[in-house]
Amino acid sequence: MILQALAFYVFAAITVASAAMVVVSRNPVYSVLFLILAFFNAAGLFLLIGAEFIAMILVIVYVGAVAVLFLFVVMMLDINLTELREGFLAYFPVGALIGAVLFAELLLGVGIIGSGSTTIAGLDMHGAQVMAVDNTRAIGRVLYTQYFYLFQVAGLVLLVAMIGAIVLTLRSRPGVRRQRAGDQINRTKEQAMTVVKVPTRGGV
Amino acid sequence: MYADLINFFTTTWLGMALVMLAQCLAVTVPLLVAVAYMTYVDRKVWASIQLRRGPNVVGPFGLLQPFADGLKLVLKETIVPSSANGILFIIAPMIAFMTALVAWAVVPFDDGWVIADINVGILYLFAISSLGVYGIIIAGWASNSKYAFLGALRSAAQMVSYEVSIGFVLITVLLCVGSLNLSKVVLAQSGWFWNWFWLPLLPMFVIFFISALAETNRTPFDLPMSEAELVAGFHTEYSAMTFGLFFLGEYANMILLSALGAVLFLGGWQSPIPYAPFTLVPGVIWFALKIAFLLFIFSWTKGTLPRYRYDQLMRLGWKVFLPVSLGWVVLTAAVLTFGGWLPKP
Repeated sequence: MILQALAFYVFAAITVASAAMVVVSRNPVYSVLFLILAFFNAAGLFLLIGAEFIAMILVIVYVGAVAVLFLFVVMMLDINLTELREGFLAYFPVGALIGAVLFAELLLGVGIIGSGSTTIAGLDMHGAQVMAVDNTRAIGRVLYTQYFYLFQVAGLVLLVAMIGAIVLTLRSRPGVRRQRAGDQINRTKEQAMTVVKVPTRGGV
Repeated sequence: MYADLINFFTTTWLGMALVMLAQCLAVTVPLLVAVAYMTYVDRKVWASIQLRRGPNVVGPFGLLQPFADGLKLVLKETIVPSSANGILFIIAPMIAFMTALVAWAVVPFDDGWVIADINVGILYLFAISSLGVYGIIIAGWASNSKYAFLGALRSAAQMVSYEVSIGFVLITVLLCVGSLNLSKVVLAQSGWFWNWFWLPLLPMFVIFFISALAETNRTPFDLPMSEAELVAGFHTEYSAMTFGLFFLGEYANMILLSALGAVLFLGGWQSPIPYAPFTLVPGVIWFALKIAFLLFIFSWTKGTLPRYRYDQLMRLGWKVFLPVSLGWVVLTAAVLTFGGWLPKP
């Protein structure tokens, strides 16, 4: 138990510290790297409460895919660092307010769970039955049966977001020559080559 | 006496830490030796393909060549370019090497021979392999050089694209197994070698192998370090052991993906024929042979195929592999459900 408590404090301390560094650090690339560190340690915290499936999904989705694209974009941007810092004080109250609201909501949520007899597992109707199997299996059992419609709606939201992104970026540019794999593969020897008799000193 | 020893190693902190350390060394040391000899085998295979002899000077049959190369890299000076970002420049190769090593914690070498027999083994492997891209992308950015940066961007885009199809391949396998535990994946494939998943899931095996080539930046997908355009790609600015760590990490990743291929599709530690003399051979040897077979195909591909163009690579990943693997997931799920072959939970 001591080892677990120690691990918790290490993960938690690094999560909070790196989350602070995301906001404070001067270089946006460092910010993204600290964000990745925060994700990673949050995954560690999930592991400690026995939610190994969510921990792995956090690493796969956020660290493995989302943050890579973040880093990708931030590295490509040519940002003037001093310019970026200018609005910091002006935006600080807004950011702090949003942070405070989120923190209050979190406290409220923890308070509701902590006050009554319900625990996080107890929020699920299957409670006892779910805890008997590992949580990957438990999620699988309810996600596609009991929460099927919610799952579908979540998928629909993602689909709409994807279509939106495509609509925003798709533009037809006239006069652009495209690679057509089918045409390239179907080209025959006759179409591609001609045998030319070149007269001496005449050129082609 | 023995009871005391067993007690020491199973209950006390020091004993358990020592056992853990020993387990880590028992995996890492053979792995590093395998990496060293993989470079040798690679060069010998390419030499044979090109009708050359390959390394044959250092030691008998050139067998000490990997160690000569390693020693050379260790003894050289590490140069950090003056315009590079010092900290990230040094951290990048460490990340690349470390992510290739930590994934081995969940690989089952034989029945019960696994450091961490966790029940989300496949997800862990997938998560760790998706981290490998950070070493490369940080290296490219921290080098502050255009070749390195272009190589890193190519690599990041390529690895993210092919991870999608690898994910679907993993889903088909775990649909057939009904568990995310790698030992259970192997046990689900017991019996003759045609019971292994390579035959029922043949298209997925092919997609997995090609995606593995793309994940490890090997020919025909070695655009991140195509020497004709980008000097050496993301590790252009690296020298000595910092380059060495990238190199070791790349080969360790190749061996890891081969091991994953052996576990998922070639029955892991199981013998191909489930009868006596074959079953008497230790499982770890069968496992090593299967990994070696897949690694040989890696070398063979590199010695044979020309490099893809980048748009062709993206087209293959997104327009061919993604729909095919997604379709195969649906097909597998349908066949398992309506055929009544769903694995019992």
